[in-house]
Amino acid sequence: MHRRTLLSTAALALTLGFGSAAAAQDVTAGFIYVGPVGDGGWTYEHNKARLAVEEQFGDKVKTIYQESVPEGADAERAITQMALSGADIIFTTSFGYMDPTIAVAEKFPNVKFEHATGYKRAENVGTYSARFYEGRAIQGHIAGSMTKTNKIGYIASYPIPEVIRGINSAYIHAKKVNPDVEFSIIWAYTWFDPAKEADAARALIENGADVILQHTDSTAPHAAAAEAGDVITFGQASDMADYAPYPRVSSIIDNWAPYYIDRVQAVMDGTWTSDDTWDGIGPGMVGIGEITDAVPEEVKAEALDLKAAISSGDYHPFTGPLNKADGSVWLAEGEVADDGTLLGMDFYVEGIDAEIPQ
Amino acid sequence: MIRLEKRPQPSKLWTYLTPVLAVLLTMLVGGVLFAFLGANPVEAIRTIFWDPLFNAQFAGFTRPQLLVKAGPLILIAIGLSIGFRAGIWNIGAEGQYIMGAICGAAAGLAFYPSESVLIFPLMIVAGALGGWAWAMIPAILKTKFGTNEILVSLMLVYVAENILGSVATGLLRNPEGRGFPGSRNFKQWDAAHNSDLIANTGMHWGVVFAFIAVIGAYVLLTRHVLGFNIRLTGEAPRAARFSGVNPARIILICLGLSGALAGMAGLFEVTGPAGQVSIDFGSGYGFTAIIVAFLGRLNPIGILLAGLLMALTYIGGELAQLMLGLPGASIQLFQGMLLFFLLAMDVFTNFRLRIGKREAA
Repeated sequence: MHRRTLLSTAALALTLGFGSAAAAQDVTAGFIYVGPVGDGGWTYEHNKARLAVEEQFGDKVKTIYQESVPEGADAERAITQMALSGADIIFTTSFGYMDPTIAVAEKFPNVKFEHATGYKRAENVGTYSARFYEGRAIQGHIAGSMTKTNKIGYIASYPIPEVIRGINSAYIHAKKVNPDVEFSIIWAYTWFDPAKEADAARALIENGADVILQHTDSTAPHAAAAEAGDVITFGQASDMADYAPYPRVSSIIDNWAPYYIDRVQAVMDGTWTSDDTWDGIGPGMVGIGEITDAVPEEVKAEALDLKAAISSGDYHPFTGPLNKADGSVWLAEGEVADDGTLLGMDFYVEGIDAEIPQ
Repeated sequence: MIRLEKRPQPSKLWTYLTPVLAVLLTMLVGGVLFAFLGANPVEAIRTIFWDPLFNAQFAGFTRPQLLVKAGPLILIAIGLSIGFRAGIWNIGAEGQYIMGAICGAAAGLAFYPSESVLIFPLMIVAGALGGWAWAMIPAILKTKFGTNEILVSLMLVYVAENILGSVATGLLRNPEGRGFPGSRNFKQWDAAHNSDLIANTGMHWGVVFAFIAVIGAYVLLTRHVLGFNIRLTGEAPRAARFSGVNPARIILICLGLSGALAGMAGLFEVTGPAGQVSIDFGSGYGFTAIIVAFLGRLNPIGILLAGLLMALTYIGGELAQLMLGLPGASIQLFQGMLLFFLLAMDVFTNFRLRIGKREAA
């Protein structure tokens, strides 16, 4: 990173020397958000990274954003308008922006696009995502160790591979420490809807769950858990520390800032190329929020060991033997899942007694 | 003392004046709101109302987008307004819009990858039928069992949303989409693509149908006996009954028509601007169209103008977010103000303001 910054400073000095300062100085970075910047979760973290970009580059970079952009016909217009307004690089920060991003990118070959969590790329469209499932493994470990009812509730958003991957990873690691554990999954079909999320949390708690995991972005499930008492939760996308030390006992934090700064720098230097980035705990894209004192000492120590093993690459959360839910063999003893299968994951692992919505 | 006095006849002048005054008041109060948010109010109002039409940088793109955004709003609102005239409150156009899109898309996808010219007309018919059938549920329940169409049609929106989620991840999912939800993209299938009829004008078939619907509704309401019966049912139900109007028939026609138009709007949207059946396809057009219908005073020409104005505030609002960094919620507040002031000013259509003491009778 440092070396890179040094090099780019040199490049900047060179371009300045040749009098084409405008090209090197004025980069406009645009961000399309799926939720409001105050959601306290997914969009909040993307926006925090945007502010970090501003702080890093000062006057050299201008950032613009549009929040709560629906993932449908409106997205294509929003992205087009952003490109027309003179953005040099546009980050589209939700899965549903995939086709619109590709469509707009065709019309603006000189603008760079970065699409989060998708799989379609082009000359001027790169993709990036984080290996959230690494964090889910640690979450599953704590959840499986701490549940007394052996029932874990899971508020899922949409049945896309990223979400299914998270469920599988959490389940595998909960099951490892607690063979009796059961998962109940509610599909909320939203990324951000506090009322819906709270309802889902209450329904799960009424059915006996004393751990609530969520793949939605609001803090409403935490509030519902606090209300019910004796239920633990985990911050999603953001630390959600307002609910620590209890019910929120830990969290998965998305840290996009280093990536955004790196990509904006690349545009500045003229070195940007389309690629696919998928980073986890090791490079720092996924963070684990403070594990509070509500977690027993030895569980916390195990969780931190697990984190260290994942971070160093010694352990992969999807390591065989693992079977699919239909009983067929997925990974043999010691075998590690390949990224292709993970990226397109559309099955549960053995033991999850549920159907993926079809 | 200030008091309101009912006018013997609704004022003609105020009927036309209120929308204009409502827009002006919205600009004024909205400007104050934007000033509090740290933006230059004049610049903000100009960005919302002027830039989408005349800004050199954007207008080339946003002008056609006005039609794209207004098309479905107008098409749905026309259908709704006919029912509203008869006192039949179809609040579930969003559900009919979604079901029209699903049925139309399914009918087309059944023949993938055929390039027959008949595919698109077939999809339009299937879309209209889908919306019609979904509206027939509250219609038949109302005529047979006297249920409340407001509740039934609204509840069916949530059913439709769940069906949408199911087919987007199951039945209609793109088999080449790597397990991700969402149907095939119609933009990549010429026979089913609802593209601009003239490139970069925004004029797709949905916009054409919206204009046809405006003319059709105008003729129906002013020249046709059915339109007269519909208006009569709304204004004087007993008189309508005495003159031999069958209320059940009016209910079936009004709900069926609004359902079919909403279904067609859904089909044009899914094959055009949206491109695919996805979980998030329903974007609230069915609900916004209710505002458009009332903003346009349930008058076809009024609805045409109201739809365009609503589209303008949407697109201008997006530009204001983008260029001035205004929060998204402030734009929604701004749009809400428009309806609020319209309804508030509406009082003056039916009432007169009197200053001074009440005279002894």
